Amino acid sequence: MFTLAKNDKLLLVIVAFFTLLAPIILNPFPTESAMAQFNAGYPDLMQRFVIFGIFAVGFNILFGLTGYLSFGHAAFLGVGSYAAVWMFKLLSYNIVPAMILSVVIAGIFALIMGFICLRRSGIYFSILTLAFAQMSFAIAYSVLSNPSFNLTNGETGLQVYNDDPQYLKGDGPSTTHLFGLEMRETFTLDIGAWAFQFNVGYYICAIFLLVAFYIAIRIFRSPFGLMLKAIKTNQTRLNYTGLNSKPYTLFAFVISGMYAGLAGGLLASMDPLAGAERMQWTASGEVVLMTILGGAGTLVGPILGAGFIKYFENIFSKINDSVLHSWFSLLPDGLENAIVWVLHFFVGKGWHLTLGLLFMLVVIFLPGGLVDGGTRIYNWVRKPRNPEPAEEGAQASTDQ
Amino acid sequence: MSEIKATRRGVLKSGIVLGAGVAMPTVLTRPAAAAYMNEPTGSSVTLGFNVPQTGPYADEGADELRAYKLAVEHLNGGGDGGMMNTFSSKALKGNGILGKKVEYVTGDTQTKSDAARASAKSMIEKDGVVMVTGGSSSGVAIAVQGLCQEAGIIFMAGLTHSNDTTGKDKKANGFRHFFNGYMSGAALAPVLEKMYGSDRRAYHLTADYTWGWTQQESIAKATEGKGWTTVNNVLTPLATTDFSSYVAPVLNSDADVLVLNHYGGNMINSLTSAVQFGLRDKMVNNKNFEIVVPLYSRLMARGAGENVKGIFGSTNWHWSLPDAGSKAFVKSFGEAYGFPPSQAAHTVYCQTLLYADACERAGTFNPCGVAEALEGFKFDGLGNGETEYRAEDHQCFKDVLVVKGKENPTSEFDVLEVVEVTPRAQVEYAVDHPMFAGGDLGTCNPGA
Repeated sequence: MFTLAKNDKLLLVIVAFFTLLAPIILNPFPTESAMAQFNAGYPDLMQRFVIFGIFAVGFNILFGLTGYLSFGHAAFLGVGSYAAVWMFKLLSYNIVPAMILSVVIAGIFALIMGFICLRRSGIYFSILTLAFAQMSFAIAYSVLSNPSFNLTNGETGLQVYNDDPQYLKGDGPSTTHLFGLEMRETFTLDIGAWAFQFNVGYYICAIFLLVAFYIAIRIFRSPFGLMLKAIKTNQTRLNYTGLNSKPYTLFAFVISGMYAGLAGGLLASMDPLAGAERMQWTASGEVVLMTILGGAGTLVGPILGAGFIKYFENIFSKINDSVLHSWFSLLPDGLENAIVWVLHFFVGKGWHLTLGLLFMLVVIFLPGGLVDGGTRIYNWVRKPRNPEPAEEGAQASTDQ
Repeated sequence: MSEIKATRRGVLKSGIVLGAGVAMPTVLTRPAAAAYMNEPTGSSVTLGFNVPQTGPYADEGADELRAYKLAVEHLNGGGDGGMMNTFSSKALKGNGILGKKVEYVTGDTQTKSDAARASAKSMIEKDGVVMVTGGSSSGVAIAVQGLCQEAGIIFMAGLTHSNDTTGKDKKANGFRHFFNGYMSGAALAPVLEKMYGSDRRAYHLTADYTWGWTQQESIAKATEGKGWTTVNNVLTPLATTDFSSYVAPVLNSDADVLVLNHYGGNMINSLTSAVQFGLRDKMVNNKNFEIVVPLYSRLMARGAGENVKGIFGSTNWHWSLPDAGSKAFVKSFGEAYGFPPSQAAHTVYCQTLLYADACERAGTFNPCGVAEALEGFKFDGLGNGETEYRAEDHQCFKDVLVVKGKENPTSEFDVLEVVEVTPRAQVEYAVDHPMFAGGDLGTCNPGA
C-alpha cells in the first residue's frame, strides 16, 4: 500500500524535510539585520507557500499528465474558500467540516465543469474553462452578492460576523482551530539574533501538502497515471485502440479540482475571508505560471514554482524606495540616487516586472522549468566523472 | 480492589510528566512577557502603511504614501511640524511616539481584499507593526479592519467612504476619520435641490461593492427626500475601464440627471465617457441634463480635466481651505513634493497624527488603551474644524464640504471650488440609523 520506488521515497523525504524545517530554512538572516527584508519565514507567507504548492501539485495532475491546459482552476479555489467560510459562519470555527465541504463542493463543481469542457481539447478546452471561471467570478462578484441575497459578499469578501449563527460554536475559540488548537498559535524560538516562528496553521498546511504530495506520487506512478500520460502523448491513437479516454481525463480533472478546493479551504482556514478575486482569471493564470516555472509534468516543480511566485509577490513588493536608499547609503549621493532610480522599477509595485523577466528567462533557457535547471546543474557536476549515466539521469528526471 | 503503590520514583516520574503536561500549553503560546500584540521593546516603533500602489485607486494610494512619509517625518521631529503645530492636543512632542522613533513599512493592497490582507498579515507577523493604516477602497478597508481586529492591533482607516466601515462592519479596533456615504447624501441633497430643482429623475451608475451600494442608497434616499425620482441603478464592476456600454443606455432613458457613484480611475473613465456621449449638452424633460459625482477628489478632478467643470460633489477636505491647520499642511506637503495634497493625503496624515496622539495620551501602544483614548475624543486644528471621534461607532463627525468643478481653473491643481460647508449637525445620524444598523463593535482585542 505505502510502497514507493526508492527515488520517490527519497523525494518525499526531501520534501518533508524542507517543509517541516521551513521556519528555520526560510529565516537565514538575523531579525535585526538589513537582510531580514529577504526573510520569508513568517507564518502567513509559509502558509501561502504550501497552500499554493498544493494548488499547483493538483493542477499538475491535470496539465502535467494529460496535457489539458485549464485556465479556470481558480474557480475551484474560490468555491473551496466560500464553502469553508460558510461552514465557519454556520457551524463553528473548527476547520474539519470546512475542509471536508470545500473539497466535496469543489469536486462536484469540477465534475460539472469537466463534463462540459472536456468535450473539446487543446485551445478550445482552455477557452471553455476560462469562460467558465470568469462566469463563476462574475456570479460570485455581483450576481450572488446583492444586498437582498448575499452569498458571497462581492468585492469585500465573505467573512464571519459576530452575529452569525455558528450553531456548534458553544464556548469554542472565536478563531479558526482544529479541535481547540488555534491556527494562529505561534511558538517563537529565539536563538541568538534569530527568531524562528513555528505556527500551528503552517504545520497543518504542511501535513496536508505532504499527504497531497504523496497521493500525487501514487497517481503519477499508477496505471491510471500511465493512461493519462498516454492521453498527453497521442490521444487520437489511444482512441483508435478502442479505449474511451474521456472518463480518465474527467477523473483527472475532478481530482485536480479537489486539490484546488482543498487549497481554497486551507486558505480560508488560515484566514477566514473569501474574496471573489480568488476566482479571477489572473488567479487561474498564476497557477499555470507556477507549474510552468517550476516544471510541468514533474513532481516537485509546481511546489517550487508556487514558492517562487509567492516569494516575489510578498517580499519584492514590500521593498520601497526608502529601503533601497538605506541599502546604498554608503555610496556617493549621485550614484546612490541613480541605482535607486533604476532598481525602483523592479521592486515595490514593479515586482510584476521582475517576475515577468525571470519567467521569460526560465522559459527561454530552461524549458523544463526550475527542475530542469536543477537537473542541468546536477548533470554538469557529475558529467566529467561519468558521462553515460548522466544521459539516463536527464531522462529519469523529466518525470520527477 | 487493586492496590496502588506509591513509590518515590513513581511519584517523581508522574510528577514530571504531569508538570510537563501542564506547562505544555504555556510553552506553545506566545511568550507571556508581551502584554499585547507586537509590543515595541526596542528604541523604535513600526507602523504599517498598506495602500493601493496598483489598480484603479493607485493615484490615491501614491498620494497617501506621500502623506504618511510626511507624518512620520513630523512625528520624529523633522520638517516644519505641519499640522502638529495647529492640532488642539499638545501631547505630541516631535520625539517619535512615547519617546520611540517612528519607522514604517509599506505594502501594496492591489485594491483587492485578499492581497491587502496578505500584505497586512506580513506587516503584523514579519515586521511587528503596532498599527496598520491605509486602504483606498472600502472593500479593502473592511477586510483589513476585520483582520486587525482578529490579530489584535489598531486599524486607522484611510480613504474609505462606505457606510459599512463604521456601520455593519464596524470593529472595536478600527477607527475612521474620513466621512461616509450618508454624510455625502445629507450634505449634497439640499445643494442639488437648490441648483437643479425638486422634480428631477436620476440614473445611477454605481461601483459594484460595499462603497458603491451604500453611497447609492444614501444619495437616492437623500435626493428622494427632496422630491427626486430614482429611475435606474446599474452596478458596474470595480475593474471596469470602459464605461461606454453603461453610459449608452442612459441616453435612451428619460432620466435628466446622471449620478456617478464611482471613484478614482473609475470616475475619470465614466465621466469622460458620459461627456463624450454628449450627455451634458442634452435637454431632457425641458431641463438641461446634469451629472453629479457624490464623492469628489482633486486627483480625480485633475484626471478628468475639462469634463469636471460645473459638476457638483462632496469632499472630506480641500487644500484651498483657509484655516490654520489646512494651511500648515498644504505648506509642508507642498514644500516636500511640489504640489498640494489631496483629501486622501489629508485624511491619512490626520489618522497617523491622531493615532500617535492617542498613544501619547494613553501612555501605551496597547490597542485597548489607544482605543479608549480615541473614543469620544474631541479635537480641532486638523483642517476640518471641530471634530469628534464618536465612541459608539468609531466614526469622526465633522463638517462636510460641497464642491463644484471650477469653471476657470487658474492652475492644474485649482480644479475644485468649495460651494458650501455643511455643518456637522446636518450630516449627523444616530448610531442605530437603518443604513448603519446590524453591526457589532465587539470589544477591543489586544491580541495577547
